[in-house]
Order: sequence, then structure tokens, then C-alpha cells
Amino acid sequence: MSRVTRFAARDPGPAARMAGFMAHLRANGLRLGASETQAALEALTCVDAWNADDCCRALKAVCAGSADDAARFGDLFDSFWRNGGRVSSKAVPVPSPDMSSVHSSRETKGEDRSSGGKASAPDGGGGAAETGGEGKLAAVATRNLMKQDLRDLVQKEDIAAAETVARRLGAALRDRRARRRKASRKGRGLHLRKVIRSSLPTGGEPLRLYRKTRPDRPVKIVAICDVSGSMTLYARVFLAFLAGLMRADPASDAYLFHTRLVRITDALRDKDALRALGRLSVMAEGFGGGSKIGASLDHFSRSYARRFVDGRTAVLILSDGYDTDPPELLGAALARLRKRGCRIIWLNPMKGWAGYEPIARGMAAALPHLDLFSAANRLEDLAALEPELARL
Amino acid sequence: MAVHLALALGRPLLLEGAAGVGKTEVARVLAAVLNTQLIRLQCYEGLDAAQAIYEWNYQRQLLAIRAAAEDGETGRAVESRIFSEEFLLERPLLKAIRQETPPVLLIDEIDRADEEFEAYLLEVLSEFQISVPELGTISATSRPVVILTANGTRDLSDALRRRCLYAHADYPDPAAELAILQVRCAGIEDRLARQIIGFVQALRKEDLEKIPGIAETLDFAAALMGLGVADLTHDPHQLQAALAALLKTQSDRANITTEVAQRLAGRAA
Repeated sequence: MSRVTRFAARDPGPAARMAGFMAHLRANGLRLGASETQAALEALTCVDAWNADDCCRALKAVCAGSADDAARFGDLFDSFWRNGGRVSSKAVPVPSPDMSSVHSSRETKGEDRSSGGKASAPDGGGGAAETGGEGKLAAVATRNLMKQDLRDLVQKEDIAAAETVARRLGAALRDRRARRRKASRKGRGLHLRKVIRSSLPTGGEPLRLYRKTRPDRPVKIVAICDVSGSMTLYARVFLAFLAGLMRADPASDAYLFHTRLVRITDALRDKDALRALGRLSVMAEGFGGGSKIGASLDHFSRSYARRFVDGRTAVLILSDGYDTDPPELLGAALARLRKRGCRIIWLNPMKGWAGYEPIARGMAAALPHLDLFSAANRLEDLAALEPELARL
Repeated sequence: MAVHLALALGRPLLLEGAAGVGKTEVARVLAAVLNTQLIRLQCYEGLDAAQAIYEWNYQRQLLAIRAAAEDGETGRAVESRIFSEEFLLERPLLKAIRQETPPVLLIDEIDRADEEFEAYLLEVLSEFQISVPELGTISATSRPVVILTANGTRDLSDALRRRCLYAHADYPDPAAELAILQVRCAGIEDRLARQIIGFVQALRKEDLEKIPGIAETLDFAAALMGLGVADLTHDPHQLQAALAALLKTQSDRANITTEVAQRLAGRAA
């Protein structure tokens, strides 16, 4: 077991330290408020507080809210209480820690999980000094600097324009093939069953006529956007499109990938469009780096797809198909995705170029599994897709 | 640990995990250990307050009105009589908070219910009281131990997560699963039990669409015992037949061929 963090001797006591720990968790993307601090202290009274493992498990039950949180919690706990990420800095009772950090926790929510507190983070140094007693790790602070700010890339007007495009695309994708009819006020056919049933009180004379119609079956859109180096040029359009899509259609779902896949749906649903992009910037660490399309889609088809992709889903992949993974992986991933009954649409910005052939090996492997392979590098191009999507 | 805290703090416990890792069983066992009643609310899409909380017994109310009309009772008297507890049908949530001794309330697969229902649940879980417009607010006579389970059909709201303690249940490690198997299948031979656990654990690492849970392991063990198998490696055909208890999709069956199964069984033995 590692050493226990030595707190400064004039620390005010366990409550303040717990508040410090909560701030540390918030800084790493967990959503916690004052009531959790209280619950955590209460929880510690119920277990053997000398046993660090018991404490860790108890706090985990209180603080973690999802499987991801639970998986990271051990590291976060170690980094604060066991001298992993910082040297003995004082646990300052921040005057109103909750009010001041609620805001920041929203911004950093969904922080890339590997950058969460790690026991291997460099000790001491600037990070700990700067952030005082909040236990924010040096590693977190420096990585933030390396990230590119997506807000520089995307303007507010873009998002508004993208929203309208996304809304129209969504409408175009609506599946109208429902076979079963539903009773409705207006409609083509008569709802005979209802008519006859309601004719009984009038002695079998069908006085009131009821109608039935074919209901609209909305299609969910799942958009997966490539933000690797080769796509940087187009990222602006696509990210605006994703932001617009998320805001226009509550059932849709969005992901980013470069070398890893990140789900960004929740971040993008933030009411403030620009703040949404701010949160996204934090998540899109590695933006503009290499691309592992095969591995990312493979991960997608095994994890998220099980929950979010079904026969009434259209998967939009926005990528140029330049992959560093073997093409077979991409082909297999798409085949697996395909089996879930969804339609797969690949929008490739390169296809708009004269003389483009899908010779990138990844692209060639993907082609047989696609329902639509089309060009898109401006918002107008995306809008022009509408009739083609309607045909699908 | 999470269960201990849920009991000590009196907070609801949210259990998440893949299908078949024994989330529901936690509640059942907890009820048995506490020697109290288990009240179960199975959630499904379209579950509404009338099914989950309370409902008026309309038929009895109608009959009562008829009878009252013949007896010449006044309207006001009838009204106050038919909206009394006599005509109230208890559904699981109401039932749970009106018990004498604190029961275990299991809200199963909460993620299948609609978001509206989830929002309604928030009031019940934090205040432990239910308001019936005609009767007023009914507060809990005893605070039930609430266990919610979810397996990720959809994301739960942050508000609900905040009110609960959280625990993620994963597939058990070999030692724990062996212990479960030995308790649940009492007559099983030690060697076969070890083989089964080794086999199932190896199988979970294979590329499967539907990963078998503990319930499947138990079925598998029962199937093997029923077939009279004493050693997994002896008869490939019987092993393949017993796999029906573990593999539930066609492509999984196709993936785990006789050779693969034999290889896994050989390694487990």
C-alpha cells in the first residue's frame, strides 16, 4: 500500500479534507454537490475508517454515478488520499467550494477518463502549488494546454445553420415503411374495427366514421465523426453539424474518434452551444492526431451499438477513410454493425475531389457494407444529401 | 460494501451491470437475510403511476354508487365513502411504504421505464411519501430498503443517480463463481465444478454477442449433471449439446465449434 498523504498540521479537520476530495473529484469530471459531501462523511461513520480499502469502497458507492466513474474511482482515490498525484499541500477550506466549482465541473465534465487522477502523475511541481488544496492534478492542467480549442474552429452562426440542416436531414431519414396502421383523426383508410364497435349503440348503423393512418417511424441518427489530423480541415463543418444535430433531434447520438472513441452526446446537449463545444474540447484530447478508424468502429460496434443501434437507426460516419489499422478490422466492424439492421452512410470529404477513387485500403474494405457513400465537405453539401437520404 | 452502506444510510442503491450477473438476486437474498418481505416492481415501457403506485377500484366504486342510490344516500356522503382507503388498490410502491416492518423494495430494470416515471420515482425515493389527490399525502410508516437495478437499455438521469448509492456489478471472478456454483448445485463434484468455471470464464473472453451470466453457468452445470457428464473433455457431443444453456444466439453457436469448445474445455481441465 502506498503512503498516506500527509496533510498540513493546521488543517481544519476531516470535513474540510472531504470537501477537498469532492473538489478533486469534480475537477475530474464527476458530478457531485454539497449533499454528496455530507453523505460521504456519513458513510465513513458507518465503516471502519482506519481501513483505507473499506473507505475507498464506501466513498465509491456514494460518489460514483456510472460504470465509468466506478472504474476510475480507485485511481482518483489513490491520487488524493494516498499521495499519488500531489505532495502534502494543505486542505484549505475554500469559502464556498461548491458554488465556485459547480461551474468548472460542468466545463470539464466527461473529462477524458485516462487523464483522471493517476497515481503516476508527476509529484509536486507547479500543478500542486497552483491549484492549492483542491487536489487537482498537475497532469490535468498541463494536458489542457496541449489541447486545441474547438471554439476557435466553430462559430455560433455555423451551429445555427447546421441545426436547420440537421433538422431537415432528420426529416428526410424518417422511415415511412410502417405496415401497421394506427387510429388517427385524419387518415386514408377507415378503421373498421372501431367503426363497427361504435355502431353498436346505434343499432349497427355506422354513423360515426373513424380513420386510420400509417404512423411515422422516426429514424435515430448516430453520427460518428473522425477528428484525426487528415480531417482537421473539415472538422469545423462536421463539428458544427454534430452540434446542430444533437440540438435538433433529442434521439440522436454523437461520437468522436481519432485514436480512441469518445461519446459526446451529453456534452453537446449543453444548452449553451459554445459551452458545449468547450466541454467537447476537453474531451477531444488528441484532436488532430492519428486515426484508428477500424479500432474505433470496432469498439463502437461492440459497446455503444448494442445499446443505441437498432433496425431504425442510421449510422452516419464522417471520415476520409485514411486508417492506420488493418482494413480487415474496419470491414469486420462494419459488418458487425450492419448485422444490427441499421443503415450505414459514409460521408467522405475527399470524394468531392475530381478524380477521387476510394483506394485508401480502409475505404475499399468499407465500401461493400455501406448503404450510401457520398461526398460532403461543406454544410451545403450535407444539406444537398437530403433527397438521397430520403430514397434510402 | 455498497449494500452495507445502503442499509446504514437508508439510501436507495442503484445496481448496474450486464444481464445475468445477479443484480435481482441481491435484493432477493437481502430480503431473506433481513427476514422481511420482498416487494418487486418490474419496470417496462409504458409503466404508469396507476400500475406502480395506486389505483382506485373502479368496479367496486360503481357498485357502491349503485347501492347508495337505492338506499337514498346523499351525494356528498357517497363521495367521501368511495374515495376512502377501502377502495384504494395498493400497487408495489404504495404497498412498500405502508408495511409495518421495513420491506425490501426491488425496482427492477428501471431503465426500461420511461423518463417520466423515473421523475416520479424521485419524489418517492427522497421523501418516502406518496400524494393521492383525493386522500392527501400518505407518508411511510417504515422506510423500505430500496434496490434499483439497471442494465443500460438507456442512460439514467443524473438526478436519479445522485439520489442513489451506486454499485457496478461485474462478472464474478473464478473463486466467487465457484463458490456460487457449489452452493446452488449442491450435489456437484468438485472436479467438474472447477472445470465448468474454468470453461465459462474462458468462454467469456471469446468473441461473443451475448456473454453468458451466472444464471447460465448454473443452467449449464445442471444440464451437464442431467446428461451425466463427469468430465468436460470426455464427450464432445454432449458438451456441445449442453452449450445450449450458455450460448443464446445463432452466431455464437456457430463461433464456438466443437473444436473451440474442446480447446477451452481442455484448458479448463
